[in-house]
Amino acid sequence: MKLRGTVHKYGANVDTDVIIPSPYLTLTDPGELATHCMQGIDSEFAQKVEKGDIIVAGTNFGCGSSREHAPIAIKAAGISCVIAKSFARIFFRNAINIGLPLLECAQAAEEIESGDILEVELASGEIRDITKDKLFKAEPYPNFMLELISAGGLIEHTKRKLEARKDEI
Amino acid sequence: MTLAEKILAAHSGKDKVSPGEFIDVRVDLVMANDITAPIAIREFERLEAKGVFDPQRVVMVVDHTVPAKDIPAAEQAKLVREFSRQHGLLYLDGGKFGIEHVVLPEQGLVLPGDVVVGADSHTCTYGALGAFATGMGSTDIACAMATGEIWMKVPPTIKLLYHGKLRKWVTAKDLILYTIGDIGVDGALYAAMEFSGEAIDALSMDGRFTIANMAIEAGAKAGIFRVDNKTMAYVKPRAQRPYKVYEPGEDARYARVIEYDVSQIEPQVAFPFLPSNTRPISQVGEVRIDQVVIGSCTNGRIEDLRLAAQVLKGRRVHPEVRCLIIPGSQEVYLEALRQGLIEVFIEAGATVTMPTCGPCGGFHLGVLAAGERCIATTNRNFVGRMGSPQSEVYLANPAIAAASAILGRIGGPEEVS
Repeated sequence: MKLRGTVHKYGANVDTDVIIPSPYLTLTDPGELATHCMQGIDSEFAQKVEKGDIIVAGTNFGCGSSREHAPIAIKAAGISCVIAKSFARIFFRNAINIGLPLLECAQAAEEIESGDILEVELASGEIRDITKDKLFKAEPYPNFMLELISAGGLIEHTKRKLEARKDEI
Repeated sequence: MTLAEKILAAHSGKDKVSPGEFIDVRVDLVMANDITAPIAIREFERLEAKGVFDPQRVVMVVDHTVPAKDIPAAEQAKLVREFSRQHGLLYLDGGKFGIEHVVLPEQGLVLPGDVVVGADSHTCTYGALGAFATGMGSTDIACAMATGEIWMKVPPTIKLLYHGKLRKWVTAKDLILYTIGDIGVDGALYAAMEFSGEAIDALSMDGRFTIANMAIEAGAKAGIFRVDNKTMAYVKPRAQRPYKVYEPGEDARYARVIEYDVSQIEPQVAFPFLPSNTRPISQVGEVRIDQVVIGSCTNGRIEDLRLAAQVLKGRRVHPEVRCLIIPGSQEVYLEALRQGLIEVFIEAGATVTMPTCGPCGGFHLGVLAAGERCIATTNRNFVGRMGSPQSEVYLANPAIAAASAILGRIGGPEEVS
Protein backbone atom coordinates (compact mmCIF):
# COMPACT_ATOMS: atom_id res chain seq x y z
CA MET A 1 0.00 0.00 0.00
CA LYS A 2 1.39 3.38 -0.99
CA LEU A 3 0.70 6.38 1.24
CA ARG A 4 1.18 9.99 0.22
CA GLY A 5 0.93 13.12 2.30
CA THR A 6 2.38 16.31 3.72
CA VAL A 7 4.67 16.22 6.74
CA HIS A 8 3.92 17.66 10.18
CA LYS A 9 7.19 17.49 12.08
CA TYR A 10 7.75 17.43 15.87
CA GLY A 11 10.72 16.87 18.19
CA ALA A 12 11.65 14.14 20.67
CA ASN A 13 9.50 12.70 23.50
CA VAL A 14 6.09 13.74 22.14
CA ASP A 15 3.98 12.36 24.99
CA THR A 16 0.39 11.11 24.89
CA ASP A 17 -0.72 13.96 27.19
CA VAL A 18 0.08 16.49 24.45
CA ILE A 19 -1.30 14.21 21.71
CA ILE A 20 -4.66 14.10 23.50
CA PRO A 21 -4.88 16.15 26.73
CA SER A 22 -6.72 14.62 29.68
CA PRO A 23 -9.86 16.81 29.54
CA TYR A 24 -10.83 14.85 26.39
CA LEU A 25 -10.38 11.38 27.88
CA THR A 26 -14.08 11.13 28.61
CA LEU A 27 -14.56 11.05 24.82
CA THR A 28 -14.39 7.73 22.98
CA ASP A 29 -15.69 8.73 19.54
CA PRO A 30 -12.70 8.79 17.13
CA GLY A 31 -14.05 11.79 15.20
CA GLU A 32 -14.47 13.88 18.35
CA LEU A 33 -11.03 12.86 19.63
CA ALA A 34 -9.53 13.91 16.28
CA THR A 35 -10.71 17.50 16.73
CA HIS A 36 -8.41 17.78 19.81
CA CYS A 37 -5.47 15.84 18.36
CA MET A 38 -1.99 17.28 19.17
CA GLN A 39 -3.69 20.14 21.03
CA GLY A 40 -1.04 20.23 23.77
CA ILE A 41 1.82 20.77 21.34
CA ASP A 42 0.27 22.30 18.18
CA SER A 43 -3.10 23.98 18.69
CA GLU A 44 -3.60 24.43 14.91
CA PHE A 45 -2.98 20.79 14.00
CA ALA A 46 -6.65 19.75 13.84
CA GLN A 47 -7.42 22.63 11.46
CA LYS A 48 -4.47 22.17 9.11
CA VAL A 49 -4.20 18.36 8.90
CA GLU A 50 -5.43 16.74 5.69
CA LYS A 51 -6.28 13.14 4.94
CA GLY A 52 -3.13 11.16 4.19
CA ASP A 53 -0.73 13.53 6.00
CA ILE A 54 2.25 12.09 7.83
CA ILE A 55 3.70 12.87 11.26
CA VAL A 56 7.50 12.79 11.54
CA ALA A 57 9.13 12.99 14.99
CA GLY A 58 12.25 12.30 17.03
CA THR A 59 12.91 9.63 19.64
CA ASN A 60 10.39 8.07 22.05
CA PHE A 61 7.22 9.21 20.23
CA GLY A 62 4.07 8.48 22.26
CA CYS A 63 5.73 8.23 25.68
CA GLY A 64 3.76 8.46 28.91
CA SER A 65 0.18 7.39 29.51
CA SER A 66 -1.22 4.19 27.96
CA ARG A 67 -4.28 6.06 26.62
CA GLU A 68 -5.30 4.42 23.34
CA HIS A 69 -7.16 7.68 22.68
CA ALA A 70 -3.79 9.00 21.38
CA PRO A 71 -3.32 6.75 18.31
CA ILE A 72 -7.11 6.74 17.78
CA ALA A 73 -7.09 10.57 17.59
CA ILE A 74 -4.09 10.59 15.22
CA LYS A 75 -5.65 8.01 12.92
CA ALA A 76 -9.07 9.68 12.92
CA ALA A 77 -7.44 13.05 12.16
CA GLY A 78 -6.45 11.52 8.82
CA ILE A 79 -2.77 10.79 9.49
CA SER A 80 -1.72 7.87 7.29
CA CYS A 81 1.44 6.94 9.19
CA VAL A 82 3.92 8.15 11.81
CA ILE A 83 7.67 8.06 11.16
CA ALA A 84 9.96 8.50 14.17
CA LYS A 85 13.47 7.75 15.40
CA SER A 86 11.89 5.48 18.03
CA PHE A 87 8.51 4.84 19.64
CA ALA A 88 7.46 4.34 23.27
CA ARG A 89 6.41 0.71 23.64
CA ILE A 90 2.80 1.06 24.80
CA PHE A 91 2.06 3.56 22.00
CA PHE A 92 3.69 1.19 19.51
CA ARG A 93 1.42 -1.70 20.54
CA ASN A 94 -1.67 0.49 20.57
CA ALA A 95 -1.01 1.89 17.10
CA ILE A 96 -0.38 -1.54 15.56
CA ASN A 97 -3.47 -2.94 17.31
CA ILE A 98 -5.77 -0.28 15.83
CA GLY A 99 -4.14 -0.16 12.40
CA LEU A 100 -2.14 3.08 12.50
CA PRO A 101 1.11 2.30 10.64
CA LEU A 102 4.39 3.32 12.30
CA LEU A 103 7.83 3.37 10.75
CA GLU A 104 11.10 3.64 12.63
CA CYS A 105 13.81 5.42 10.64
CA ALA A 106 16.32 7.73 12.34
CA GLN A 107 17.75 9.18 9.13
CA ALA A 108 14.34 10.03 7.70
CA ALA A 109 13.26 11.59 10.99
CA GLU A 110 16.42 13.68 10.97
CA GLU A 111 16.32 14.97 7.37
CA ILE A 112 12.62 15.29 6.52
CA GLU A 113 11.13 18.73 7.25
CA SER A 114 7.65 20.06 7.91
CA GLY A 115 5.75 20.65 4.68
CA ASP A 116 7.70 18.05 2.65
CA ILE A 117 5.62 15.68 0.54
CA LEU A 118 6.31 12.00 1.24
CA GLU A 119 5.44 8.73 -0.46
CA VAL A 120 5.63 5.70 1.80
CA GLU A 121 5.54 2.05 0.79
CA LEU A 122 4.62 0.17 3.97
CA ALA A 123 5.54 -3.35 2.87
CA SER A 124 9.08 -2.43 1.86
CA GLY A 125 9.53 0.37 4.40
CA GLU A 126 10.57 2.78 1.65
CA ILE A 127 10.08 6.47 2.45
CA ARG A 128 10.46 8.83 -0.51
CA ASP A 129 10.75 12.55 0.17
CA ILE A 130 9.35 13.97 -3.08
CA THR A 131 10.21 17.57 -2.08
CA LYS A 132 13.85 16.75 -1.39
CA ASP A 133 14.11 13.87 -3.89
CA LYS A 134 15.56 11.54 -1.26
CA LEU A 135 14.90 7.90 -0.42
CA PHE A 136 15.02 6.41 3.08
CA LYS A 137 14.54 2.83 4.26
CA ALA A 138 12.77 2.08 7.55
CA GLU A 139 13.31 -0.95 9.77
CA PRO A 140 11.15 -3.82 8.48
CA TYR A 141 8.51 -5.26 10.84
CA PRO A 142 9.29 -8.64 12.44
CA ASN A 143 7.25 -11.53 10.97
CA PHE A 144 5.07 -11.82 14.04
CA MET A 145 4.00 -8.18 13.64
CA LEU A 146 3.34 -8.60 9.93
CA GLU A 147 0.98 -11.50 10.72
CA LEU A 148 -0.84 -9.32 13.22
CA ILE A 149 -1.14 -6.46 10.75
CA SER A 150 -2.22 -8.69 7.87
CA ALA A 151 -4.89 -10.30 10.11
CA GLY A 152 -6.39 -6.79 10.33
CA GLY A 153 -5.18 -5.87 13.82
CA LEU A 154 -5.30 -7.52 17.22
CA ILE A 155 -9.09 -7.86 17.45
CA GLU A 156 -9.29 -9.92 14.23
CA HIS A 157 -6.21 -11.92 15.27
CA THR A 158 -7.80 -12.71 18.65
CA LYS A 159 -11.16 -13.55 17.06
CA ARG A 160 -9.41 -16.23 15.03
CA LYS A 161 -7.79 -17.54 18.20
CA LEU A 162 -11.16 -17.73 19.97
CA GLU A 163 -12.70 -19.52 16.94
CA ALA A 164 -9.88 -22.07 16.99
CA ARG A 165 -10.49 -22.73 20.69
CA LYS A 166 -14.18 -23.30 20.02
CA ASP A 167 -13.27 -25.85 17.35
CA GLU A 168 -11.04 -27.71 19.82
CA ILE A 169 -14.03 -28.16 22.15
CA MET B 1 17.69 -16.14 33.06
CA THR B 2 16.90 -12.80 34.69
CA LEU B 3 13.94 -12.43 37.05
CA ALA B 4 11.74 -11.07 34.23
CA GLU B 5 12.75 -13.90 31.87
CA LYS B 6 12.05 -16.57 34.50
CA ILE B 7 8.52 -15.28 35.13
CA LEU B 8 7.79 -14.95 31.40
CA ALA B 9 9.16 -18.43 30.65
CA ALA B 10 6.98 -19.96 33.38
CA HIS B 11 3.92 -18.17 31.96
CA SER B 12 4.51 -19.23 28.37
CA GLY B 13 5.16 -22.93 28.98
CA LYS B 14 8.82 -22.68 28.00
CA ASP B 15 11.99 -23.81 29.73
CA LYS B 16 13.82 -20.76 28.50
CA VAL B 17 13.08 -17.43 26.85
CA SER B 18 15.53 -14.90 25.41
CA PRO B 19 15.29 -11.14 24.79
CA GLY B 20 13.64 -10.33 21.44
CA GLU B 21 11.61 -13.55 21.32
CA PHE B 22 7.84 -13.18 20.68
CA ILE B 23 5.79 -15.29 23.11
CA ASP B 24 2.18 -15.81 24.17
CA VAL B 25 2.01 -15.19 27.89
CA ARG B 26 -0.63 -16.45 30.34
CA VAL B 27 -1.74 -13.59 32.59
CA ASP B 28 -2.66 -13.83 36.28
CA LEU B 29 -4.59 -10.56 36.43
CA VAL B 30 -6.01 -8.08 33.92
CA MET B 31 -6.88 -4.53 35.00
CA ALA B 32 -8.55 -1.45 33.51
CA ASN B 33 -9.79 1.85 34.92
CA ASP B 34 -12.56 4.37 34.27
CA ILE B 35 -10.54 6.09 31.51
CA THR B 36 -9.28 3.02 29.65
CA ALA B 37 -12.06 0.48 30.32
CA PRO B 38 -14.73 2.12 28.14
CA ILE B 39 -12.63 1.58 24.99
CA ALA B 40 -11.59 -1.88 26.22
CA ILE B 41 -15.26 -2.79 26.70
CA ARG B 42 -16.12 -1.57 23.19
CA GLU B 43 -13.31 -3.68 21.70
CA PHE B 44 -14.25 -6.65 23.91
CA GLU B 45 -17.80 -6.56 22.49
CA ARG B 46 -16.33 -6.67 18.97
CA LEU B 47 -14.59 -9.95 19.85
CA GLU B 48 -17.99 -11.61 20.40
CA ALA B 49 -16.43 -13.71 23.16
CA LYS B 50 -18.72 -15.73 25.44
CA GLY B 51 -17.33 -13.93 28.48
CA VAL B 52 -14.08 -13.06 30.16
CA PHE B 53 -11.53 -15.85 30.67
CA ASP B 54 -11.93 -15.77 34.47
CA PRO B 55 -14.08 -13.13 36.24
CA GLN B 56 -11.96 -13.37 39.39
CA ARG B 57 -8.88 -12.37 37.41
CA VAL B 58 -10.30 -9.31 35.72
CA VAL B 59 -10.45 -6.19 37.88
CA MET B 60 -12.00 -2.82 37.12
CA VAL B 61 -11.03 0.22 39.16
CA VAL B 62 -12.88 3.53 39.01
CA ASP B 63 -10.33 6.04 40.27
CA HIS B 64 -9.34 8.67 37.71
CA THR B 65 -12.33 10.98 37.75
CA VAL B 66 -14.05 10.05 41.02
CA PRO B 67 -16.27 11.35 42.40
CA ALA B 68 -17.56 11.85 38.85
CA LYS B 69 -16.37 15.30 37.77
CA ASP B 70 -18.99 15.80 35.06
CA ILE B 71 -21.68 13.96 33.10
CA PRO B 72 -19.33 12.21 30.61
CA ALA B 73 -17.21 10.94 33.55
CA ALA B 74 -20.34 9.72 35.32
CA GLU B 75 -21.42 7.89 32.13
CA GLN B 76 -18.00 6.22 31.85
CA ALA B 77 -18.05 5.05 35.47
CA LYS B 78 -21.59 3.74 34.98
CA LEU B 79 -20.56 1.77 31.90
CA VAL B 80 -17.65 0.18 33.79
CA ARG B 81 -19.83 -0.60 36.80
CA GLU B 82 -22.54 -2.25 34.66
CA PHE B 83 -20.05 -4.26 32.60
CA SER B 84 -18.39 -5.48 35.81
CA ARG B 85 -21.73 -6.54 37.27
CA GLN B 86 -22.83 -8.24 34.05
CA HIS B 87 -19.65 -10.35 33.88
CA GLY B 88 -19.18 -10.80 37.64
CA LEU B 89 -15.78 -9.10 37.61
CA LEU B 90 -13.80 -7.81 40.55
CA TYR B 91 -14.89 -4.20 40.86
CA LEU B 92 -13.23 -1.57 43.05
CA ASP B 93 -15.28 1.61 43.19
CA GLY B 94 -13.91 5.04 43.95
CA GLY B 95 -14.74 6.13 47.49
CA LYS B 96 -14.55 2.57 48.79
CA PHE B 97 -11.02 1.72 47.64
CA GLY B 98 -8.77 4.26 45.94
CA ILE B 99 -6.03 4.56 43.33
CA GLU B 100 -5.57 1.32 41.37
CA HIS B 101 -1.83 0.90 41.95
CA VAL B 102 -2.14 1.51 45.68
CA VAL B 103 -5.23 -0.66 46.08
CA LEU B 104 -4.42 -3.80 44.06
CA PRO B 105 -1.37 -4.70 46.19
CA GLU B 106 -3.26 -3.76 49.41
CA GLN B 107 -6.10 -6.11 48.50
CA GLY B 108 -3.70 -8.96 47.77
CA LEU B 109 -4.83 -9.11 44.14
CA VAL B 110 -1.30 -8.90 42.71
CA LEU B 111 1.31 -11.28 44.03
CA PRO B 112 4.95 -12.30 43.58
CA GLY B 113 5.66 -14.20 40.38
CA ASP B 114 2.48 -12.95 38.68
CA VAL B 115 2.18 -11.62 35.15
CA VAL B 116 -0.15 -8.62 35.36
CA VAL B 117 -1.33 -6.49 32.45
CA GLY B 118 -3.25 -3.29 33.01
CA ALA B 119 -4.68 -0.57 30.80
CA ASP B 120 -2.68 2.05 32.63
CA SER B 121 0.96 2.85 32.09
CA HIS B 122 1.80 2.75 35.81
CA THR B 123 0.79 -0.92 36.05
CA CYS B 124 4.57 -1.50 36.37
CA THR B 125 4.14 -0.53 40.08
CA TYR B 126 3.46 -4.19 40.98
CA GLY B 127 7.04 -5.09 40.07
CA ALA B 128 7.83 -4.07 43.65
CA LEU B 129 6.22 -7.40 44.69
CA GLY B 130 8.41 -9.46 42.37
CA ALA B 131 5.72 -9.63 39.67
CA PHE B 132 6.12 -8.93 35.94
CA ALA B 133 3.59 -6.15 35.49
CA THR B 134 3.22 -3.93 32.46
CA GLY B 135 0.92 -1.27 31.05
CA MET B 136 -0.91 -1.71 27.75
CA GLY B 137 -3.69 -0.04 25.79
CA SER B 138 -7.39 -0.80 25.82
CA THR B 139 -7.41 -3.17 22.80
CA ASP B 140 -4.65 -5.34 24.28
CA ILE B 141 -6.57 -5.45 27.54
CA ALA B 142 -9.82 -6.37 25.77
CA CYS B 143 -8.06 -9.36 24.19
CA ALA B 144 -6.40 -10.36 27.46
CA MET B 145 -9.81 -10.22 29.19
CA ALA B 146 -11.25 -12.61 26.61
CA THR B 147 -8.38 -15.08 26.31
CA GLY B 148 -6.29 -14.82 29.49
CA GLU B 149 -3.27 -14.46 27.25
CA ILE B 150 -1.32 -11.69 25.57
CA TRP B 151 1.60 -11.55 23.16
CA MET B 152 4.84 -10.06 24.37
CA LYS B 153 8.32 -9.51 23.10
CA VAL B 154 10.73 -10.69 25.80
CA PRO B 155 12.53 -7.55 26.99
CA PRO B 156 16.23 -7.30 27.67
CA THR B 157 16.94 -6.66 31.38
CA ILE B 158 18.94 -3.74 32.74
CA LYS B 159 20.28 -4.36 36.24
CA LEU B 160 20.48 -1.33 38.51
CA LEU B 161 22.56 -1.61 41.67
CA TYR B 162 22.24 0.96 44.44
CA HIS B 163 25.07 0.90 46.98
CA GLY B 164 25.47 2.77 50.24
CA LYS B 165 23.13 4.50 52.67
CA LEU B 166 20.62 7.26 51.94
CA ARG B 167 21.20 10.71 53.41
CA LYS B 168 18.51 12.40 55.51
CA TRP B 169 15.43 13.47 53.47
CA VAL B 170 16.57 11.35 50.51
CA THR B 171 13.93 8.78 49.57
CA ALA B 172 13.05 6.11 47.01
CA LYS B 173 11.55 8.92 44.88
CA ASP B 174 14.95 10.58 44.69
CA LEU B 175 16.62 7.33 43.62
CA ILE B 176 14.25 6.86 40.71
CA LEU B 177 14.30 10.55 39.70
CA TYR B 178 18.11 10.48 39.82
CA THR B 179 18.15 7.31 37.72
CA ILE B 180 15.79 8.75 35.09
CA GLY B 181 17.84 11.96 35.09
CA ASP B 182 20.89 9.82 34.38
CA ILE B 183 19.60 7.39 31.73
CA GLY B 184 16.84 9.59 30.22
CA VAL B 185 13.13 9.11 29.54
CA ASP B 186 13.96 6.42 26.98
CA GLY B 187 17.02 5.06 28.81
CA ALA B 188 15.28 1.73 29.44
CA LEU B 189 13.01 1.73 26.36
CA TYR B 190 11.38 -1.73 25.89
CA ALA B 191 13.59 -3.15 28.71
CA ALA B 192 12.90 -4.57 32.16
CA MET B 193 14.66 -2.74 35.00
CA GLU B 194 15.81 -5.04 37.82
CA PHE B 195 16.45 -3.00 40.98
CA SER B 196 18.86 -4.31 43.60
CA GLY B 197 21.67 -3.48 46.01
CA GLU B 198 21.80 -2.78 49.74
CA ALA B 199 20.04 0.60 49.41
CA ILE B 200 17.10 -1.17 47.76
CA ASP B 201 17.09 -3.92 50.42
CA ALA B 202 16.88 -1.17 53.05
CA LEU B 203 13.76 0.39 51.48
CA SER B 204 10.27 -0.28 52.79
CA MET B 205 7.63 -1.75 50.48
CA ASP B 206 6.14 1.75 50.10
CA GLY B 207 9.50 2.99 48.77
CA ARG B 208 9.82 0.06 46.38
CA PHE B 209 6.36 0.74 44.96
CA THR B 210 7.47 4.33 44.27
CA ILE B 211 10.50 3.16 42.29
CA ALA B 212 8.70 0.43 40.33
CA ASN B 213 5.90 2.92 39.54
CA MET B 214 8.25 5.24 37.67
CA ALA B 215 10.06 2.57 35.59
CA ILE B 216 7.74 3.62 32.73
CA GLU B 217 9.16 7.16 32.94
CA ALA B 218 12.45 5.67 31.73
CA GLY B 219 10.51 3.93 28.92
CA ALA B 220 10.72 0.51 30.61
CA LYS B 221 8.27 -2.33 30.07
CA ALA B 222 8.61 -3.41 33.70
CA GLY B 223 10.47 -2.51 36.88
CA ILE B 224 11.08 -5.53 39.05
CA PHE B 225 12.42 -6.34 42.53
CA ARG B 226 13.55 -9.57 44.19
CA VAL B 227 11.26 -10.90 46.89
CA ASP B 228 12.68 -10.66 50.44
CA ASN B 229 11.39 -10.78 54.04
CA LYS B 230 9.76 -7.37 53.69
CA THR B 231 7.89 -8.49 50.57
CA MET B 232 6.69 -11.63 52.33
CA ALA B 233 5.59 -9.69 55.42
CA TYR B 234 3.52 -7.47 53.12
CA VAL B 235 2.10 -10.25 50.96
CA LYS B 236 1.32 -13.06 53.41
CA PRO B 237 -1.58 -11.47 55.29
CA ARG B 238 -3.08 -10.11 52.04
CA ALA B 239 -2.70 -12.86 49.44
CA GLN B 240 -6.01 -14.04 47.98
CA ARG B 241 -4.58 -17.02 46.07
CA PRO B 242 -1.37 -19.14 45.81
CA TYR B 243 1.72 -17.61 44.22
CA LYS B 244 5.28 -18.55 43.37
CA VAL B 245 8.48 -16.65 44.10
CA TYR B 246 11.12 -16.50 41.36
CA GLU B 247 14.79 -15.58 41.71
CA PRO B 248 17.14 -14.36 39.00
CA GLY B 249 19.45 -17.20 37.93
CA GLU B 250 23.22 -17.16 38.38
CA ASP B 251 23.43 -17.42 34.60
CA ALA B 252 21.34 -14.25 34.13
CA ARG B 253 22.54 -12.09 31.25
CA TYR B 254 21.95 -8.36 31.52
CA ALA B 255 21.90 -5.90 28.62
CA ARG B 256 23.53 -3.39 30.92
CA VAL B 257 24.53 -3.05 34.58
CA ILE B 258 24.33 0.42 36.14
CA GLU B 259 25.69 1.15 39.61
CA TYR B 260 25.09 4.13 41.88
CA ASP B 261 26.52 5.23 45.23
CA VAL B 262 23.38 6.58 46.89
CA SER B 263 25.30 8.37 49.64
CA GLN B 264 26.22 10.95 46.98
CA ILE B 265 22.60 11.62 45.98
CA GLU B 266 20.68 14.69 47.20
CA PRO B 267 16.89 15.08 47.08
CA GLN B 268 16.00 15.57 43.41
CA VAL B 269 13.57 17.92 41.67
CA ALA B 270 12.46 17.23 38.08
CA PHE B 271 11.88 20.52 36.26
CA PRO B 272 9.32 20.90 33.48
CA PHE B 273 8.67 19.25 31.07
CA LEU B 274 10.27 15.82 31.47
CA PRO B 275 10.86 13.58 34.51
CA SER B 276 14.50 13.32 33.36
CA ASN B 277 15.04 17.07 33.72
CA THR B 278 16.36 16.67 37.27
CA ARG B 279 18.45 18.88 39.53
CA PRO B 280 19.66 18.29 43.07
CA ILE B 281 17.73 20.43 45.59
CA SER B 282 20.85 22.55 46.23
CA GLN B 283 20.78 23.73 42.61
CA VAL B 284 17.09 24.53 42.23
CA GLY B 285 17.36 28.30 42.78
CA GLU B 286 14.33 30.53 43.40
CA VAL B 287 11.17 28.84 42.05
CA ARG B 288 7.92 30.33 43.45
CA ILE B 289 4.95 27.95 43.56
CA ASP B 290 1.16 28.25 43.65
CA GLN B 291 0.17 24.67 44.46
CA VAL B 292 1.53 21.54 46.13
CA VAL B 293 0.17 18.03 45.51
CA ILE B 294 1.17 15.21 47.84
CA GLY B 295 -0.31 11.87 46.80
CA SER B 296 -0.81 9.72 43.65
CA CYS B 297 0.07 6.13 42.74
CA THR B 298 3.71 7.18 43.09
CA ASN B 299 3.73 8.75 46.57
CA GLY B 300 0.29 8.36 48.16
CA ARG B 301 1.14 5.66 50.71
CA ILE B 302 1.32 5.93 54.50
CA GLU B 303 5.11 6.39 54.63
CA ASP B 304 4.74 9.33 52.20
CA LEU B 305 2.06 10.98 54.32
CA ARG B 306 4.13 10.43 57.49
CA LEU B 307 7.08 12.14 55.85
CA ALA B 308 4.93 15.10 54.78
CA ALA B 309 3.42 15.35 58.29
CA GLN B 310 6.89 15.30 59.86
CA VAL B 311 7.70 18.48 57.91
CA LEU B 312 4.28 20.17 58.24
CA LYS B 313 3.72 19.46 61.96
CA GLY B 314 3.32 22.69 63.89
CA ARG B 315 3.94 24.83 60.78
CA ARG B 316 1.71 26.70 58.34
CA VAL B 317 1.32 26.41 54.59
CA HIS B 318 2.48 29.66 52.90
CA PRO B 319 -0.43 32.12 52.50
CA GLU B 320 -0.11 32.15 48.70
CA VAL B 321 0.07 28.36 48.34
CA ARG B 322 -2.68 25.72 48.06
CA CYS B 323 -1.51 22.40 49.51
CA LEU B 324 -3.50 19.31 48.47
CA ILE B 325 -2.93 16.02 50.24
CA ILE B 326 -4.46 12.93 48.65
CA PRO B 327 -4.19 9.59 50.45
CA GLY B 328 -3.73 6.82 47.85
CA SER B 329 -6.49 4.64 49.27
CA GLN B 330 -9.15 4.50 51.95
CA GLU B 331 -6.84 2.12 53.88
CA VAL B 332 -4.06 4.72 53.77
CA TYR B 333 -6.57 7.47 54.68
CA LEU B 334 -7.82 5.57 57.72
CA GLU B 335 -4.29 4.78 58.87
CA ALA B 336 -3.31 8.46 58.47
CA LEU B 337 -6.35 9.41 60.54
CA ARG B 338 -5.41 6.93 63.27
CA GLN B 339 -1.85 8.21 63.34
CA GLY B 340 -3.02 11.81 63.70
CA LEU B 341 -1.58 12.89 60.34
CA ILE B 342 -4.84 14.30 58.97
CA GLU B 343 -5.07 16.63 61.95
CA VAL B 344 -1.49 17.80 61.33
CA PHE B 345 -2.34 18.55 57.69
CA ILE B 346 -5.52 20.46 58.41
CA GLU B 347 -3.93 22.45 61.22
CA ALA B 348 -1.13 23.39 58.83
CA GLY B 349 -3.66 24.78 56.35
CA ALA B 350 -3.55 21.92 53.85
CA THR B 351 -6.58 20.35 52.15
CA VAL B 352 -7.13 16.60 52.40
CA THR B 353 -9.18 15.03 49.58
CA MET B 354 -10.50 11.54 48.98
CA PRO B 355 -8.27 9.04 47.13
CA THR B 356 -8.28 9.88 43.40
CA CYS B 357 -5.92 10.30 40.43
CA GLY B 358 -7.53 13.78 40.16
CA PRO B 359 -4.90 16.48 39.71
CA CYS B 360 -1.98 14.21 38.66
CA GLY B 361 -3.41 13.81 35.17
CA GLY B 362 -5.13 17.19 35.11
CA PHE B 363 -8.56 15.59 35.47
CA HIS B 364 -10.05 17.50 38.42
CA LEU B 365 -9.55 18.58 42.05
CA GLY B 366 -6.48 20.77 41.56
CA VAL B 367 -6.15 21.71 37.88
CA LEU B 368 -3.67 24.53 37.15
CA ALA B 369 -4.33 27.87 35.41
CA ALA B 370 -1.99 29.41 32.83
CA GLY B 371 1.22 30.65 34.44
CA GLU B 372 0.74 28.62 37.63
CA ARG B 373 3.39 26.35 39.10
CA CYS B 374 2.96 23.21 41.17
CA ILE B 375 5.40 20.96 42.97
CA ALA B 376 3.98 17.44 43.12
CA THR B 377 4.95 14.01 44.35
CA THR B 378 3.40 12.58 41.18
CA ASN B 379 5.18 10.99 38.23
CA ARG B 380 4.86 13.23 35.16
CA ASN B 381 5.53 16.88 34.42
CA PHE B 382 4.71 16.98 30.70
CA VAL B 383 3.28 20.11 29.04
CA GLY B 384 -0.27 20.57 30.31
CA ARG B 385 -0.15 17.47 32.50
CA MET B 386 -1.94 19.14 35.42
CA GLY B 387 -4.02 21.65 33.47
CA SER B 388 -3.16 24.61 31.26
CA PRO B 389 -0.39 24.04 28.67
CA GLN B 390 1.07 27.25 30.12
CA SER B 391 1.35 25.79 33.64
CA GLU B 392 4.37 23.99 35.12
CA VAL B 393 4.80 20.87 37.26
CA TYR B 394 7.93 20.05 39.28
CA LEU B 395 8.36 16.52 40.66
CA ALA B 396 9.85 15.75 44.08
CA ASN B 397 9.56 13.59 47.20
CA PRO B 398 6.91 14.29 49.91
CA ALA B 399 9.37 16.01 52.29
CA ILE B 400 10.49 18.49 49.62
CA ALA B 401 6.88 19.07 48.54
CA ALA B 402 5.80 19.71 52.16
CA ALA B 403 8.74 22.04 52.82
CA SER B 404 7.96 23.93 49.61
CA ALA B 405 4.34 24.35 50.73
CA ILE B 406 5.60 26.19 53.83
CA LEU B 407 8.26 28.21 52.00
CA GLY B 408 6.12 29.27 49.02
CA ARG B 409 9.03 28.27 46.79
CA ILE B 410 10.81 25.00 46.09
CA GLY B 411 13.06 24.14 49.01
CA GLY B 412 14.05 21.40 51.44
CA PRO B 413 13.02 20.65 55.04
CA GLU B 414 16.33 22.04 56.32
CA GLU B 415 15.24 25.53 55.24
CA VAL B 416 12.01 25.35 57.23
CA SER B 417 12.49 26.95 60.62
